[in-house]
Amino acid sequence: MTSGLLAALDAQTIVDATGLGAVYALMAVGIGLVFGVLRLVNFAYGQLVMVGAYTLAFTAAWPVAASIAACFVVVVALSMVMERAVFRPLRGESPAVMLVTTFAIAFVLQAAALLVDIRDDTIGEIATSIASFNEPITLGGLEVRKITIASVVAAAVALGLLALLLTRTTAGLHMRAAAADFGTARLLGVNANHVIGLAVFLSGILAAAVAVILTVQNPFVGPDFALRETIVVLVGVVVGGIDRLWTATLGGFAIGFATGVINGVLPTDKSVYLPSLVFALVIVVLLLRPGGLFAWGRQTAVERM
Amino acid sequence: VKRSLDTAAQVLVPAALVVAVGIGSTLVSSANEIYFLDALVSVAIVVALYVFIGNSGVLSFGQISFVAVGAFAAGVMTIPLDSKTGVLPQLFPILRDHTIGNIASLLLAAAVGGLFAFLVGLPLMRLSGLAAGIATFAVLEITHNVLREWTKIGPGATTLALVPETTQALQATVGALVAIAVAFAYQRSRFGRMLRATREDAAAARGVGVSVHRERVLAFTVSGALAGFAGGLLVHELGSITTEQVYLELTFLTLAMLVVGGASSLWGAVLGALTVSGLSSFLAEAEQGVDIGATLDLPSGTRLIILGSIMALVLIVRPSGLTGGRELRLRR
Repeated sequence: MTSGLLAALDAQTIVDATGLGAVYALMAVGIGLVFGVLRLVNFAYGQLVMVGAYTLAFTAAWPVAASIAACFVVVVALSMVMERAVFRPLRGESPAVMLVTTFAIAFVLQAAALLVDIRDDTIGEIATSIASFNEPITLGGLEVRKITIASVVAAAVALGLLALLLTRTTAGLHMRAAAADFGTARLLGVNANHVIGLAVFLSGILAAAVAVILTVQNPFVGPDFALRETIVVLVGVVVGGIDRLWTATLGGFAIGFATGVINGVLPTDKSVYLPSLVFALVIVVLLLRPGGLFAWGRQTAVERM
Repeated sequence: VKRSLDTAAQVLVPAALVVAVGIGSTLVSSANEIYFLDALVSVAIVVALYVFIGNSGVLSFGQISFVAVGAFAAGVMTIPLDSKTGVLPQLFPILRDHTIGNIASLLLAAAVGGLFAFLVGLPLMRLSGLAAGIATFAVLEITHNVLREWTKIGPGATTLALVPETTQALQATVGALVAIAVAFAYQRSRFGRMLRATREDAAAARGVGVSVHRERVLAFTVSGALAGFAGGLLVHELGSITTEQVYLELTFLTLAMLVVGGASSLWGAVLGALTVSGLSSFLAEAEQGVDIGATLDLPSGTRLIILGSIMALVLIVRPSGLTGGRELRLRR
């Protein structure tokens, strides 16, 4: 009987871990798309998700569809504003400057959220309207929350559409060309602003989708919503290999899946040093494969930036 | 003569600025003194960051780990013996039954920070770019996790309190000056020059026989020792500390200070730390209501918004920082 329980637990854990991996993969694509064309690691990506979650909380009285639509509009708009006001003047600067600037933007958005939030003397808002998606349904002895199915489906559909866009359309060709070599792509007639605009637009859409999924899972929205997830995804993206969208996505999925599995398997009292183990593993992978776990070809430890 | 004057100015002007802030702290009310001490400790931390990041051009998110171990080493070892067994009963006996003095605790903090940085740096300094950034960030996460959970070496997730508050005006000023002096001596030494050569062009530096790995490990160790020392100053300034105070927020804030000032010069590190920390203090006061001709009274919470916006603005307008990443030069 014990072994049966264990087997059920394992299948359950794997289902939950897959759901988590799917969400992280969506975030990884959003971060990887912008990195591809701008060479910019957007630390403020989590704050886009946070703003989306607040939009859902403040429109909780609206019909669900309208509330979700509002979330998409606000997040995509903010994403475009960020590109125009911050990313564009920084084009071509060193990665450190770009990264630290996005820290500053993240600071500002987080502080703004706190300011909006404490007006009614509470920290955190609750998005009630979409919480019903969090209910479980039973599938062959497994408790599967509707949102887990939704996030896996959303990730699959989004990745599929993105793959079609990148490989079958002119805009996608331009974007891949720009990611490979922006200078040459521009010489050959690729419009830089269009390509970057499209990448930022798509990454905004993904952030909004992630906002909806995460808010369903955790309807309590605070200023540091999605901050932890963003950090973990950034780590996963670099470990997977940030130079290519597919390796970045796989890295995001892998770190989400691994976190989910380990959380499910280890009892709470033994998992206090778990972050140390995970990050020690990250260091080992980076030392062995600095260009990314899933990147092909020979890799040497010392490389030029 | 002009060149040696220039060289002297590069270290004396930042030092004079630090001394001015130190003297300033003794002239203001005791409620405002904390802002001046904060600024001086920030200078020490940011200069420690600069020694590695500025000279090597490699981004590290891990230096606050060394501040953390320095702070907890100095803090745990200076709590008076009679209260230590009560507040930290689970410590290793050797830590529990001994107490050292203020200066000794700062030296211990520097030694622990330097040793830790050396051990971490040996493998990690093979990495560059984003891989280095993420690997050093992993060090910060591991350090935070272990300090938070292992109650045999520290307070764990609770607050480390009852640390003697010895970082007053004198110790803060001298501490910041020591950091500046060490950083200046390092960057003028042949090791500092070799590392700066690898920053400008790693392949060319290797071509003339510079070992990139060895020079980076050395700078990482010096930076770690200074960071540990700064951590000692910090814990003696605050009197109590938690692991959360030497973690993500401090990492971002001090990195922002360095980049806003101009990451590739000592002058930039000092100016960035003083400017950002001064601005932050002024805004904190303005949230309480401050009189600058007219009464300025900001709603609470605006401090971080304004601070973040100004940082972003500086980086957009002057990406190489306020100083342009150059050392101070006398007018010709």
